[in-house]
Amino acid sequence: MLEARALSFRVGQRRLLGGVSFGLGAGEVLGVLGPNGAGKSTLLRLLSGEERPSSGEVRLLGKPLPAYAAAELALLRSVLTQRRDLGFPFTAYEVAFLGRLPHLERRPEHPRDHQATAHALGLAQAQALSHRKYPTLSGGEQSRVDLARVLAQEPRLLLLDEPTNHLDPRHQVEVLQLCRRLAREGWAVVAVLHDLNLAALFCDRVLLLHQGAAVALGTPHEVLEPERLERVYGLPFALTRHPSGRPWVMPLG
Amino acid sequence: MQSALRLPKAFSRYRLALLGLGVALPLVVLLAAGSGAYAVAPQDIPRVLWERENPTYAVLTSVRFPRVLLAVVAGALLALSGAVMQGLFRNPLADPGLIGVSAGAALGAAAFIVALPGAGALEVYALPLMAFAGGLLATLAVWALASSGGQVQVLTLLLAGVALNALAGALIGLLVSRATDEQLRSLTFWTLGGYGGATWGLLAAIAPTALLSLWGLLRLSRPLNALVLGESEAFHLGVSLEPFKRKAVALAALAVGTAVAAAGSVGFIGLVAPHLFRLLAGPDHRYLLPGSVLLGAILSVLADLIARTAAAPAELPVGVVTSLLGAPFFIALLLRFKREVAR
Repeated sequence: MLEARALSFRVGQRRLLGGVSFGLGAGEVLGVLGPNGAGKSTLLRLLSGEERPSSGEVRLLGKPLPAYAAAELALLRSVLTQRRDLGFPFTAYEVAFLGRLPHLERRPEHPRDHQATAHALGLAQAQALSHRKYPTLSGGEQSRVDLARVLAQEPRLLLLDEPTNHLDPRHQVEVLQLCRRLAREGWAVVAVLHDLNLAALFCDRVLLLHQGAAVALGTPHEVLEPERLERVYGLPFALTRHPSGRPWVMPLG
Repeated sequence: MQSALRLPKAFSRYRLALLGLGVALPLVVLLAAGSGAYAVAPQDIPRVLWERENPTYAVLTSVRFPRVLLAVVAGALLALSGAVMQGLFRNPLADPGLIGVSAGAALGAAAFIVALPGAGALEVYALPLMAFAGGLLATLAVWALASSGGQVQVLTLLLAGVALNALAGALIGLLVSRATDEQLRSLTFWTLGGYGGATWGLLAAIAPTALLSLWGLLRLSRPLNALVLGESEAFHLGVSLEPFKRKAVALAALAVGTAVAAAGSVGFIGLVAPHLFRLLAGPDHRYLLPGSVLLGAILSVLADLIARTAAAPAELPVGVVTSLLGAPFFIALLLRFKREVAR
């Protein structure tokens, strides 16, 4: 579904990303890991089409991104960013309903749009917030409403920049369980994550970035090796096993 | 399910506000048309218009209605552009004047009045045209200043507008210092605004640009809603940003240019009307844009009514009335939004 070929991105002389390649199929959840400044958000901006790579290309359903109009692209992929400021005091429902916008380009509003919005708010556990003003919500509540918005968009590819940010442990797990469930329904998911163990538990594959380069790409088992993590994060790690059989790593301070 | 059931309530608040304003506008128009030195009861106006014989008919059709209609059109255009500019700049304190169009139009008019003395015969048509051209040129200049490599930064656009407003103000000041007394009176009309020059001919002249810009601006509600989240998010939601910004600025310049050319620069309506609608109903642009059209028209007609009757038989410039009432409102807003603005 999504294919990144030798993606590089430079700003002036600074290389933010160099030669990152991977493919992602429908039904797959890919975790993007790496320390601060490794190029995770830059990668997501290239994948979303917001920025064009300095070299290399991104293909979505076999077609290069620049060949899509913004409106076409919005029907295929949605993006959860980390922005949290709103120009005007919209209610949570109105914010979630904005996800329907790409569908309303060529046709009038339909009750189905409101059903999809209500369904998305339900999936993101945000239906109780519907009538609250978005700016009055807590960080975690805003995250859930934003998640509802990108779900209401009903894309085939979901790009999530730290979707677990600001969330308590229960909601963190629930967001990633939701990603798994959507993947089973045929969506593809790319999620930038900071928590290595959440990534190990819920991602089919993980991509480890360091200083703009892909250090490793594979199953959590293949990628999360203590020596590699120590090289990337500058901190020794111990590896053990989660009850599910997935790897479980711990930084040793 | 409960949220789905409660939903229509939130949306009906918008509909209710639009309905109320839609009913209020014709009433206000009748009230204003009936008031003045020669008073007609508002409820008698439809009958007078129907019978066509009463001497009041002439007063209404040749004087009152053109004036009230000009107030409606100018108020609607200013308020709608104000709502669109506030959405585009993602700032509730933005004003249609920010993109330089009002200042440019006033400069165009001032240049015509002072630099071409004795052009009185041409004044009726050429003056609004000069104002209109001045407004569009100023907007083009602001746009050129703010664009780099095919992209326009909204913050730079705003700063360029501020700079151009200052420059136009200084140039108008220069012209004023060279103006005769009679020219000064003309200039005052332009800088303060007024609907006294209304004729059916003027209304017909502004109709094409007024209707085009109204129609175009009203269609921008969905991308404006997306922009509430920020520019990246609007792109992720399928908005092609650069074409959208170009369209919004061009149409707003056309709308404000039209209003200023016909009625001078009437202040505060473009700022206040969208705000009042947000307080009445909410910020959703699908309702805010038509709501601003109606509210702007209502405020403009009422301001003109006060301008005509408060100091009768003398007449105040409409801009003075809107500023007298608008400035305290703006200050109240500033206090209310101080925290957000100071951020």
